[in-house]
Amino acid sequence: MQHTLQITAAKPDPALLSLPWDIPLEDWPTEVLAALPRGISRHVVRFVKLGDQVIAVKEIGETVAFSEYELLRQLSRTDVPSVEPVGVITGRKDKNGERLEAVLITRHLAFSLPYRSLFSQNLQPDTATRLIDALTVLMVRLHLIGFYWGDVSLSNTLFRRDAETFAAWLVDAETGQLHPQLSNGQRNYDIELARTNIIGELMDLQAGEFLDEEEDVIEIGNQLLRRYHELWDALHDVETFDAEETWRVATHIEYLNSLGFDIDELEMTTDIDGTTVMIQPKVVDAGHHSRRLMHLTGLDVQENQARRLLNDLESYRAATERQNDEIEFVAHDWLAGVFEPTIRAVPRELRKKLEPAQLFHEILDHRWFIAEQQQRDIPMSEVVESYVDNVLRNRPDEQAILGLLPEEAHLQD
Amino acid sequence: MATVTYDHASRIYPGTERPAVDQLNLHIEDGEFLVLVGPSGCGKSTSLRMLAGLEDVNQGRIMIGDRDVTDVQPKDRDIAMVFQNYALYPHMTVADNMGFALKIAGTPKEEIRKRVEEAAKILDLSQYLDRKPKALSGGQRQRVAMGRAIVRQPQVFLMDEPLSNLDAKLRVQTRTQIASLQRRLGVTTVYVTHDQTEALTMGDRIAVLKDGLLQQVGTPREMYDTPNNVFVAGFIGSPAMNLGTYKIDNGVAQIGETRLPITRDAVAGLTDADNGQITIGFRPESLDIVSAAEPAALAVQVNIVEELGSDAYVYGTLKTGEGEQDVIVRVNPRSAPDKGEFINVAIKPGHEHVFSPSTGARLATI
Ligand SMILES: Nc1ncnc2c1ncn2[C@@H]1O[C@H](COP(=O)(O)OP(=O)(O)OP(=O)(O)O)[C@@H](O)[C@H]1O
Ligand SMILES: Nc1ncnc2c1ncn2[C@@H]1O[C@H](COP(=O)(O)OP(=O)(O)OP(=O)(O)O)[C@@H](O)[C@H]1O
Ligand SMILES: [Mg+2]
Ligand SMILES: [Mg+2]
Repeated sequence: MQHTLQITAAKPDPALLSLPWDIPLEDWPTEVLAALPRGISRHVVRFVKLGDQVIAVKEIGETVAFSEYELLRQLSRTDVPSVEPVGVITGRKDKNGERLEAVLITRHLAFSLPYRSLFSQNLQPDTATRLIDALTVLMVRLHLIGFYWGDVSLSNTLFRRDAETFAAWLVDAETGQLHPQLSNGQRNYDIELARTNIIGELMDLQAGEFLDEEEDVIEIGNQLLRRYHELWDALHDVETFDAEETWRVATHIEYLNSLGFDIDELEMTTDIDGTTVMIQPKVVDAGHHSRRLMHLTGLDVQENQARRLLNDLESYRAATERQNDEIEFVAHDWLAGVFEPTIRAVPRELRKKLEPAQLFHEILDHRWFIAEQQQRDIPMSEVVESYVDNVLRNRPDEQAILGLLPEEAHLQD
Repeated sequence: MATVTYDHASRIYPGTERPAVDQLNLHIEDGEFLVLVGPSGCGKSTSLRMLAGLEDVNQGRIMIGDRDVTDVQPKDRDIAMVFQNYALYPHMTVADNMGFALKIAGTPKEEIRKRVEEAAKILDLSQYLDRKPKALSGGQRQRVAMGRAIVRQPQVFLMDEPLSNLDAKLRVQTRTQIASLQRRLGVTTVYVTHDQTEALTMGDRIAVLKDGLLQQVGTPREMYDTPNNVFVAGFIGSPAMNLGTYKIDNGVAQIGETRLPITRDAVAGLTDADNGQITIGFRPESLDIVSAAEPAALAVQVNIVEELGSDAYVYGTLKTGEGEQDVIVRVNPRSAPDKGEFINVAIKPGHEHVFSPSTGARLATI
């Protein structure tokens, strides 16, 4: 019978055809694989080198492959962080004509850290808390656009450094559904499942001795519940205040901005005699700072990185005494005169250890650190040199954490 | 353990006019395995999600046992969505993989061990309890996942197309396993599938939905032998029932040259709206090969013969007078006809199903 491999993709890359689709994914030769860390999964998932990029390939039933692909495409049209779908391949057969499972292909999220590798790296003790916070924001953002995840877990989330915190990305949309709006039942079920899964995953880390036995993992799971409700309520609750205190509208909006959300629509009502005003956000949108930075500089970075960069832009504006200039012009000069030269000053081969915005963030931290030490203002060029020699050289490569040799790739299963 | 009752339960999605589930009335007995089946978009998942608490109920109510759960949050309903997530934890033993949710709930250690051991016995996993999941086969891993739901001892198991992810062979195996396991556990189960074969082989009873409306509920045998309407008749059974609408005159239906007498009761059920016509259905296996001389003989031209080992099916064309109708006939594979040939078939006496063309409803039978 004729071999009829089918690729469904928005922009099919002919290089895909060169991969050994007639071999079960589990048996793919190590030459084509990229040994990057993965979370736990039921399906066979492999990272594969394709030209100068890396793709993630998952063997999965055909119907599910197409529905996950479609859902990821819909998500990629929103600004909620999720992995980018590349395509679905069906009609695979092996050399003997036996049918092989369909695959879903996504672009490997560079600089992403599965939670297991974060824990095996011995980071700060409150890592778990910061991961939970990141996941909370992701869940709230997904729920705001009507996405019911159906299988929230640390394994189904990827983490990227975001200044001193983390940003969470959705990686597994297999059980997801996009609705115009979610019911409370759907949200609560998602949160409850997230709690159970997270606690289970952390218990597993304890069993594997990656996480301290003393750590109260149930409390960490409960924390997700609390944080989620705090954030959701802040974004939806009605605020009531005296009609004289209208300045509180602005304060409330600033507060929501500080949580990283923009208010696109606000409902304001008064009681009958007009002495009390009630406001309630109607349409909220995450990514306040990253949108603002994008607008000013074209840099596409995560929320807290953006916050940090915007702060630096503000200090630059003050230092150059340009408070009266249009912020757009100042931003342009800051980008060309501060941000870009700083990144360029880092030797090229070390740049791939961290995202540019994360590098910049760490360099700012380092500047503060050595300035404290030496009790003087240190020029940026000197800061970068010191940072590169004392910090960056000793860090693992996070664009592609090559903690494992390709032939050891199977060890993580 | 408990019964489940949908009492005039409706779900209208915001921004839509027609209910996705319309006034559903369904009573599920304690320990029963009920399958919700129907074509894509018929509302089966919505019905299940209403029971799970994932979808608001806009009208009517849902009861689990004597308790009205219409407004109860999912986690407080004492139900388990099986197979929703069954990633196994590599560093934990099989026993811990099964019992960790109980540990979270603060269940005492001995109680957890007891429930896990009981579940493992039923699932045939006893000797693996202290091993790591790595040592398990695919099927065993899936049973561990099932074990997670079992140890929680919920009142109701809910499953939404749990086999859709498996290849055809494993699907058939797993479906028998789930069905027999459910019978041993005796936990009330609601199972959603679009596959009528799956429904027929697994369910104690089957509920067929279409366009949000319950069409019929009954045992697999009832659904197969006495479908309530044309839709159920065509949906249940594979290959599907042959269905056609013909002229009826003085109690005799006219199929091409052939005249088929219809019972008085059935004819009495027809109305003016039926316009002197009647819908007749006959299953592929309800046809006998007869000689052309037989008065009830229907001449079928053979298009394709599908050989399935023990059976063979003829896919052919029947001239009906008004036009042509595709029909399927089960034949003995040893004497299967050739393509292009004509065969003569007659409906086995009493094996026809008759329906009103205007309403689709079954007419009183023979
Ligand atoms: N595009 C990607 N970029 C980076 N990592 C990825 C990507 N796709 C998958 N992964 C990694 O592979 C792991 C498994 O992928 P995924 O969760 O999609 O598999 P799965 O078998 O569907 O999982 P589950 O058992 O939860 O259903 C993830 O946890 C993640 O670490
Ligand atoms: N969130 C939603 N908002 C609006 N309409 C919806 C929503 N979910 C489902 N529907 C509609 O409700 C109807 C029933 O959907 P449901 O998913 O229950 O069907 P189903 O029988 O499970 O179908 P399938 O086999 O395709 O999953 C369909 O017409 C569907 O388009
Ligand atoms: Mg996953
Ligand atoms: Mg998955």
